[in-house]
Amino acid sequence: MSPLSPGLRLDGRRPNELRKIRCKLGVFNQPDGSAYLEQGNTKVLAAVYGPHEIRGSRTKALHDQALINCQYSMATFSTGERKRRPRGDRKSIEMSIHLRQALQAVIKTELYARSQIDIFVEVLQADGGNYCTCVNAATLALIDAGIPITEYMVACTASLANGETPLVDISHLEETSGGPNLTVAAMPMSGQIVLLEMSQRFHLDHLDKVMKHALRGCQEIKAVLDKAVRDHVASAGAACNWEFKTD
Amino acid sequence: MLTTKTFLKKTKRGNILKIVREHYLREDIWCGSALCDKCPMSEPVLSENPESASELFSFPHYIVLDTCVVVHQIDVLEEKTLCNVIIPQTVIEEVKHQSSTIYKRLKDIIGNPGRNFYVFVNEHHMKTYIERQRGETANDRNDRAIRKTVAWYQSHLASSQSGINKSERVQILLLTNDGKNKELAAKEGLCVASVREYIQSLVGCPGLQDKLAVTEPERDGNAREYLFPPHLPPSLIHDGIKSGKLLQGTFYASRENFLEGHVNVEGQEKMILLQGHAGLNRAVDGDSVAIELLPEDQWSSPSDIVLQDEEDDPGDILDDRTEALSASRAASSERIPTGRVVGIIRRKWRQYCGILQPSPVKDTVRHIFVPAERKIPKIRIETRQSEVLASQRIIVAIDSWPRHSRYPSGHFVRALGPIGDKDTENEVLLLEHDVPHSQFSEAVNACLPKLPWIITDDDVAERQDLRHIDVCSVDPPGCTDIDDALHCRFLDNGHVEVGVHIADVSHFIRPGTALDKEAALRATTVYLVDKRIDMVPELLSSNLCSLRGNEERFAFSCVWEMTREARIVATRFHKSIIRSRAALTYEQAQLRIDDPAQKDAIATSLRELNRLAKILKRRRIENGALVLASPEIRFQVDSETHDPIEVEAKKLRETNSMVEEFMLLANISVAEKIVEEFPECAMLRRHPEPPVANFEPLVKAGHKLGFNIVTSTGKELAASLDEAVLPDNPYFNTMLRILATRCMMQAVYFTSGMLQPDEFFHYGLACPIYTHFTSPIRRYADIIVHRLLAVCIGADSTYSDLLDKRKSHALCHNLNYRNRMAQYAGRASVALHTHLFFRGKVQDEEGYVLFVRKNALQILIPKYGLEGTLYVVPKKGEVATANFVYNEEEQTQKCGDVTFRSFDPVTVQLSLDRSNLQHEKLVLKLVKPVIPGFSVPSSDEPIPMAIDEQDGGKCKDGSVVDTVSQKNKSSPSKKKRKK
Repeated sequence: MSPLSPGLRLDGRRPNELRKIRCKLGVFNQPDGSAYLEQGNTKVLAAVYGPHEIRGSRTKALHDQALINCQYSMATFSTGERKRRPRGDRKSIEMSIHLRQALQAVIKTELYARSQIDIFVEVLQADGGNYCTCVNAATLALIDAGIPITEYMVACTASLANGETPLVDISHLEETSGGPNLTVAAMPMSGQIVLLEMSQRFHLDHLDKVMKHALRGCQEIKAVLDKAVRDHVASAGAACNWEFKTD
Repeated sequence: MLTTKTFLKKTKRGNILKIVREHYLREDIWCGSALCDKCPMSEPVLSENPESASELFSFPHYIVLDTCVVVHQIDVLEEKTLCNVIIPQTVIEEVKHQSSTIYKRLKDIIGNPGRNFYVFVNEHHMKTYIERQRGETANDRNDRAIRKTVAWYQSHLASSQSGINKSERVQILLLTNDGKNKELAAKEGLCVASVREYIQSLVGCPGLQDKLAVTEPERDGNAREYLFPPHLPPSLIHDGIKSGKLLQGTFYASRENFLEGHVNVEGQEKMILLQGHAGLNRAVDGDSVAIELLPEDQWSSPSDIVLQDEEDDPGDILDDRTEALSASRAASSERIPTGRVVGIIRRKWRQYCGILQPSPVKDTVRHIFVPAERKIPKIRIETRQSEVLASQRIIVAIDSWPRHSRYPSGHFVRALGPIGDKDTENEVLLLEHDVPHSQFSEAVNACLPKLPWIITDDDVAERQDLRHIDVCSVDPPGCTDIDDALHCRFLDNGHVEVGVHIADVSHFIRPGTALDKEAALRATTVYLVDKRIDMVPELLSSNLCSLRGNEERFAFSCVWEMTREARIVATRFHKSIIRSRAALTYEQAQLRIDDPAQKDAIATSLRELNRLAKILKRRRIENGALVLASPEIRFQVDSETHDPIEVEAKKLRETNSMVEEFMLLANISVAEKIVEEFPECAMLRRHPEPPVANFEPLVKAGHKLGFNIVTSTGKELAASLDEAVLPDNPYFNTMLRILATRCMMQAVYFTSGMLQPDEFFHYGLACPIYTHFTSPIRRYADIIVHRLLAVCIGADSTYSDLLDKRKSHALCHNLNYRNRMAQYAGRASVALHTHLFFRGKVQDEEGYVLFVRKNALQILIPKYGLEGTLYVVPKKGEVATANFVYNEEEQTQKCGDVTFRSFDPVTVQLSLDRSNLQHEKLVLKLVKPVIPGFSVPSSDEPIPMAIDEQDGGKCKDGSVVDTVSQKNKSSPSKKKRKK
């Protein structure tokens, strides 16, 4: 927050405003589903393969549900400093696990016993809130792939400026300025929280209001995504002369 | 509503990084004017008809300020004259970047609703954002952004007032000091003026012109010679420091010699010496400077001369005393690293209190200002009100120090009041020591509990009821803020129960309230001789929190179960309700202890407490705690005129030490408890061990008289100090302890998470951990400790700032600063009253030589705790009456067959030199030993001292090192002298 221009953050947003979201479904033909999502300067590609047979050892197969396999990676050119980023490093493995945790909660895995769903996300440009953007992009890719999900899985971050003003959807600059960062992955329609992560300790008094802002951010992102999905379906349908009505 | 725009930024972090950031441009940033019919604002800041007081611009107008105007003319802006001002965000960012103090002051002005200052976020406005062009400097771009803002406002408001007569329309006026910016603005058809032009055209505010800072350098061509070497540009300084050729440090001017100073370079043990006009090169005390070390053959040693800049304005010439100084260089044996200033990294200029030097020329506007602080050079100012100001204390700010000027140039800020008036002088010393002393604000008073204050059943349920226990307090007479009380009773198992009850201030001061913020800012109560600047409003400090006799009060109790040998068996902490049976003075308590006839509960418990305290004290001293000394005195003040009528040294009784011991014990117990519960964020107090180099003067002084002072540990130091006794000079040991005190470091507050546990040590008290718990009425640190302890015992809940290590660290920083300043202010107040006391008196006093200097002797007069300078070399223009020979090796001054060494007793005559009405000085003249032609005959019998009632100072928190925190409670007590 720039203290003397009350209500405006360093990049000119108000505390409760999201960054600009742009997205596109079905960007690739090879995967079963794909999506591209921009939240401000954080840009992510997601691709979904499956459901298909278990690859590799069959012992991994689950007899009553599908196996979800997530892979998170960052492009070498995604940050200011150009750096080779190996896939198997600790940070991306953690990210992959968290992604799977979130997505497993909404995919109706019980429909695809003994099969596998692969979800690949690649961060093309990183500017804060990488995890959130990946979750949101993966949700869109799943929808594009036609995999049944119970509802949207949406993630959003929130922080606290000057120890009092909650900020929503924080950028890299705000992430590194020292405030506590809260990441929430939630199902905004039912209001359930799937993942909650805090970057540092902060006082319990603040948790409630920061979380409320993060959840409201999730709601707003969901609205944007929902519109994008409907538009996508409408334009895809229009090619086949569907009668499509939005209600 | 959102338009994104990305922009690129390069930053240097070793290698070049490209940073891409989003920059949102908005349409919902309003202009803030009440005139506007387009912007849907709820509360416009700029008024509808801004009246113009300017002759030059007679139409109504809003003012837009340039960055350099804000930075240089903040004193003018703080005056209430300029209103309806628009500050573009570009300016704010630049100001913030250039000076954090000015940024803060600007923020205060903007926060004042009466001033109609509006911040326009031009950088995020759709229409006023501009991109930097190829080849354009950042500065030019910002100037252009400001002009763009002006142009936008002009057209934006024009459309809203199309119906109004053209000459009555509100226009936008840009104030700038930048010639190029002004030119370009005029070319673009904007209203523009320089600050000087504008202020001069204002009708009815003559004083404002004096406050204008001098920004345009007066270029007299080649007529003037440069007096100082130039400063290097920042880039060269930066490179020099990086390559190690230059050193960076903080400059400390010498109090005794205005041509000498030291630079404290980080990572170097010894300070680096600077000498002479060229060596100091316009550095002012506190500045962060870049220095260059001189080659070793040009190194020098600190001069022994006491030198003050006493000249009348000699014009822009430097006198030759500098050269005289350097002559001594070759002879000196102990050279230390010497350097010279080559550049200033950051100025630490503030506003200075002082007086005008009488000008030899009548009706001139240029004057010389003499600051009260001796470390600060004289300042040249311009004023047209010199006749009024000549007899006033005034405040002046420095603007610049050009190379051709002997003195820095500055401008007048405001007048405080007549010189010599006690209120003015008090005001001066409060301002000089940065003591916040304004009245408590409405918001703060609103936080106070309503009277009558009653204890409710809920309160009783939450607290331990200790009203049945015989508690009493022991304090100096006249004390109204009683924050501690004691009790002691015998238990059935042969042990004793001792309780220390501290006023429960944290019950009344809740975190985050205006009251809490104000107390945190003030940090401590400041005790002046005739005045007390409270940390919390009087209702709390002298009534609801004060543990007065026979009144029910809330307390935070620390209760020990001890053996009769003063070994702690168990410790308990709890919030309680107590009723103090009696608020005793030290003397009354002593009488009760000494009088065997008294057998009531209070007397017996006092006796037992006293016995335990003696054991505790002995044990502490065996551990290596230091007993130090500093001359402390108290004044007896006339109740009507508030003038001091009597001075006496403070006297300590057994009861002082008794209370002190238990306070120490409570503090240590609490420190252990809170650090156990909050290893990261407990507020503690430490006293670092001084570096060996600090002890040099002490060891040297002891060595000369045949004593070996061992300083390797505190215990050895204490032991060797005890041994150093001269039978024929009873005051010698005390003087040695005074010297030892001066070797010590300051004790400081810190947050436990910021240091390693072995650094927690308190050197003076010789204990591994310490904090302040016992005086929450007058110290903010204690309030924090109370809150922490309350959480430990489950009596209260935490809040985020309490557990934030960094915030707590910042708070400690402020507490330490305020404490130091409060201490200095207290001393300055004593000095002031000493002056008042000596008005019209000539008195002979016993004194001792503390140091021998090249041209003077430093004399300590124990009776007044006063240190004065006895010049042995005559001033310029006077004829020497006696020839003193200075021996640098042995640190002696010899005249004929009389030799002066350190610690020698002398008799001196004290008088107040009022010849210079503006600057009174205490003058010392030698009486004994008699030196014909130099010493003066003894004056009449000294005025007999009527000591009608004595009392000791309150000294509860340990050794003298901690006097930082001790209150000089004697101050509020006023006594009328019996005739």
